[in-house]
Amino acid sequence: MSQPLLAILRRDVSRLLRGSQHGAWGSGIALPILFFLAVAIIFPFAIGPDPRLLGRVGGGVIWVAALLAAILPLDRLVEPDIEAGFFDQWALRGIAEEGLIAIRILAHWLSFAPALMLAALPAGALLGLGGDGLRMVELGLLAGTPGLAALGVMVAAITAGLKGGAALAGLLVIPLAVPILIFGAGALASGGASGIALCGAASLVLVALAPFAGAGAVRAGR
Amino acid sequence: MQSALTAKALSCRRGDRWLFEALDLSLDAGEALYLTGPNGAGKTSLMRMLAGLLRPSPTLQGMMGTIAWSGSVAMLDERPALDMALPLGEALAFWRDIDGAQDVPFERLGIAPLLDVPVRYLSTGQKKRAALARMMGQGARNWLLDEPLNGLDVAGVALIEELVAEHCARGGTAIVTSHQPIRLPGARQLDIGTQAL
Repeated sequence: MSQPLLAILRRDVSRLLRGSQHGAWGSGIALPILFFLAVAIIFPFAIGPDPRLLGRVGGGVIWVAALLAAILPLDRLVEPDIEAGFFDQWALRGIAEEGLIAIRILAHWLSFAPALMLAALPAGALLGLGGDGLRMVELGLLAGTPGLAALGVMVAAITAGLKGGAALAGLLVIPLAVPILIFGAGALASGGASGIALCGAASLVLVALAPFAGAGAVRAGR
Repeated sequence: MQSALTAKALSCRRGDRWLFEALDLSLDAGEALYLTGPNGAGKTSLMRMLAGLLRPSPTLQGMMGTIAWSGSVAMLDERPALDMALPLGEALAFWRDIDGAQDVPFERLGIAPLLDVPVRYLSTGQKKRAALARMMGQGARNWLLDEPLNGLDVAGVALIEELVAEHCARGGTAIVTSHQPIRLPGARQLDIGTQAL
């Protein structure tokens, strides 16, 4: 990767991990992760402490919580940098928007996926997932989160500059994330690797498409 | 003289209103252009078009405008493109990593004592000076300055006039819009208000 792109990746990761206020490392992602854990914690309260029931639905709950947590940071993925003029300045330097969006997807994934997979461990314990179930959840998250990151950045680029864009972004992400959710959470029920593979495939399609769709949206918004 | 900018048949249409149509523009190396016109005449649109951020609208005859620059282009507008939460020095260092190290006269721009201060604490004029530092750090041959005097004090205005004059003396070009009076010796003037259809 060339020097400018590396500098942009460094900035993107730092901005997403530290938040726009440039706080401590992790403060930018703390809220979605705490939200994810909070959903896992209140769920047993809502359906009761039956370990068999929890063990059966626990994997699905983790997936839904992960999806909701991935939606939380959408409004600060792309829009602030368009408003501040960063995308215009990059364009003046001949840096293609496709590359910028691809870098941002990578940065978004780096900032939330490892933390989410780590938080899935205590969440899995709270929901009484067994070792096998937890392994499938972690593998599924590994395969599915790149797609969620790509989807998040793409939708954030499309809704940047719209009034009420954040709420609209959440609404757009959920239906498009359904394939990842079906195969990722479905792998838990079937217990096979085929679900993970399909989840990864759906994820890769999104990763491949998102830079072009996102770049088109950024250019059209000028 | 070597030509730095050749733009032909530029048109800009916003809704059903033509801001300007079939505008030809050329600049030689070392030349400055002072772009004037009333509010809403399309000065900023023309600047963004010249920067490549806005595509020229096709004319009524279906002709597409063309823009050819020789050398790189830098733009200064109302957005500084600096991270608000970062100290100014670090915010500028991000662009230095992209543009490569250039000589930027921090002292002269009056921001040398501000390098430790987070960008969001800077005043409007100080942000403008910081954005000027970012633009100069690009080391581009062609400058697009959209309202560079906004928020600047008297000394700042004089500084911009000097910097533009020096830049042109080195063979660079500058296109400047400003509602405040600005002295650009030897600059051509283009009133975009007269180009409306």
